[in-house]
Amino acid sequence: MNAFLTALLLQAGYNTALVSIGAAVLGASAGAIGTFVLLRKRSLVSDAISHATLPGLGLAFIVMASLTGDGRWIAGLMIGAAASAGLGLILVEWIGRRTRLTEDAAIGAVLSVFFGFGIVLLTVIQSLETGRQAGISSYLVGSTAGMLRSEAETIAVAALLSGAAIFMLRRPFTLVCFDQEYAAVRGISVRATDLAMMGLLLAITVIGLKVAGLVLIVALTIIPPVAARFWTDRPEPMVLIAAALGAVAAYLGAVISSLDRGLPTGALIVLVAFVLFLASMLLSPRRGLLASALKRLAFQTEVHKRQGLIALARGEAIYDAFTLRVLKRKGFIRADGVATLAGRGAAAEVMRDEARWSLYRKLFPDEAANAPHHGVTPIAETLPADIVAELDRRLVPHEVAS
Amino acid sequence: MSSEFVQLSLVPMLIGTLASVTCALVGNFLVLRRQSLIGDAVAHVALPGIVGAFLVTGTLAASAMLIGAALAAIIAVLLIELIRKIGKVEPGAAMGVVFTTLFAAGVLLLERTDTSKVHLDVEHALYGNLESLIWLAGESWSSLADPAALAELPAQLPRLAIVLLVIAGFITIFWKELVISTFDAAFAESIGARPGLTSYALIVMVAVAAVAAFDAVGSIIVIAMFICPPAAARLMTDRMGPQMAWSVLFAVLSAVLGYVLAGYGPLWLGARSSVSAAGMIATVSGLILFSCCLFGPRRRGVKIAANQA
Repeated sequence: MNAFLTALLLQAGYNTALVSIGAAVLGASAGAIGTFVLLRKRSLVSDAISHATLPGLGLAFIVMASLTGDGRWIAGLMIGAAASAGLGLILVEWIGRRTRLTEDAAIGAVLSVFFGFGIVLLTVIQSLETGRQAGISSYLVGSTAGMLRSEAETIAVAALLSGAAIFMLRRPFTLVCFDQEYAAVRGISVRATDLAMMGLLLAITVIGLKVAGLVLIVALTIIPPVAARFWTDRPEPMVLIAAALGAVAAYLGAVISSLDRGLPTGALIVLVAFVLFLASMLLSPRRGLLASALKRLAFQTEVHKRQGLIALARGEAIYDAFTLRVLKRKGFIRADGVATLAGRGAAAEVMRDEARWSLYRKLFPDEAANAPHHGVTPIAETLPADIVAELDRRLVPHEVAS
Repeated sequence: MSSEFVQLSLVPMLIGTLASVTCALVGNFLVLRRQSLIGDAVAHVALPGIVGAFLVTGTLAASAMLIGAALAAIIAVLLIELIRKIGKVEPGAAMGVVFTTLFAAGVLLLERTDTSKVHLDVEHALYGNLESLIWLAGESWSSLADPAALAELPAQLPRLAIVLLVIAGFITIFWKELVISTFDAAFAESIGARPGLTSYALIVMVAVAAVAAFDAVGSIIVIAMFICPPAAARLMTDRMGPQMAWSVLFAVLSAVLGYVLAGYGPLWLGARSSVSAAGMIATVSGLILFSCCLFGPRRRGVKIAANQA
């Protein structure tokens, strides 16, 4: 625990701190671009992009190893990865446009074929004598252990630049996500915006390969935005929340994985992100499971209270245990089920309300069909006072007559 | 080459072919239902299932691994449904959340468990080890008639053969239901063909195919074969029956050609060691799909043809 705190507060050495901060910047950028991609309903395109980086990584490694003897230069690997991921992205678009195949088939085909070819190249690399090949397999599941200072700096700076680009393009991105025709009318090229979005997604994916690994980097662009979706219905806050969740997940994941050898960074980042997602799903006040369960319970109680009071007013026996419990807790009945004074008053009030509602339904059937009644709302809460007064005026002679 | 071929190449090639055909058969329905990536998700979650089974039983017995992976696949599909309904997000995103998380859990479990005594690691899970499934007892073609030698065949071969039979049987028996619910779910519902039940049964078959093939050849072939041969077949014909036939042909072609290229191609080029057969099979299937995208007689479909007319 002590070691965890030390690492969490950036006291565990310059390199660890740098890696953690770099991961956090990466997580924030990934969450932000992921939000737009999610709103554009193309989340799994990032899966194709990340898998399509592998042949580029392999080729760049082979080229650099045969030229210089060391194939691990991170910027060179990133360029190779970006080139092959770009080719993959173009192929996904091309298959979707030129043939009858749907985008999901195009994504799946590109990711599996590029990955397969990447594996072929990896086995070629393994047969090379030179090149210090140990580094290359860390790109599969991600590893920050033994990351060089220059590598961490490259990642942090590149992620920061991508984040800035996302910030500047946030308005066209939002417009294209929600209303392409309006965006076109405003003079925003939908195609160019889409291209920029996918380009940034590609950049983040390539930057994050070393940290999260190419099988798992896709999670950083999917899970934080899906979690953020629980907290808000507006795009700008959603981008910010997703960026924050992504930063926290990547930071914590990197910190925890620095504690011990057998703790793969990518896997930990994804698991922390999933915990944040679970917390969002349970606790969010708008759409969380807990909030909707409480709302349901409150509604249920209200229905039972009202139906119980109606039964009291009509002198009918109540058998339902939950109704009895609700009425007892409100002090409307005594332990033996006999109505108290407050209960009789409330019951009369509910009966008057029911009479108003039924008269309203008879007089204005169309409006009544649209009124939010559900059998629980008192009429004075939904209709204007003058209509209620009018209903009451009509009700009085009727009651006298009966 | 004959005796060496039987000993070293025949069985892996057969296993690769069986796995490819098995996956391609169910893949046809996935591609048509726009659920191609279910295969991707199921292939990824097999890893935590297998690691979990190893933790529970302590062995790498095939039965335990198959059950563990199938359980993981079912849990993943249920979770995807749950998140899609509660989170109101598109199915792709829900899938992305679930399979990455489960795969991450599998990677972490694997790294934290002592698996040094058994052959289980992330690389193996991703691209399998087709080349290691050799048949030492198969000294020549005549061994095929020798019961003692046949008993030495790698267990994956008969297992995949059985799974292929089961899946072919499933598709033959429920052909009508599968086709109707794939093309017109509302009509299927109206005539009582139970499209919901059919799609669950299909997912179970996908999991079975993925798990059985995964054990032998790794997840990368599984994903490629679920998608590439059926997608290529889709560009060749408009009819379901011929599409199945084309996809089987493409799957066999990818497996055999891929294996030969991986095993002998580098030697022809003067290199000393072969390359990954699983990766090469996936690559060949991708090349087949690419040429179908360029030249397939039915590549355009109604919508694109109408746009261009």
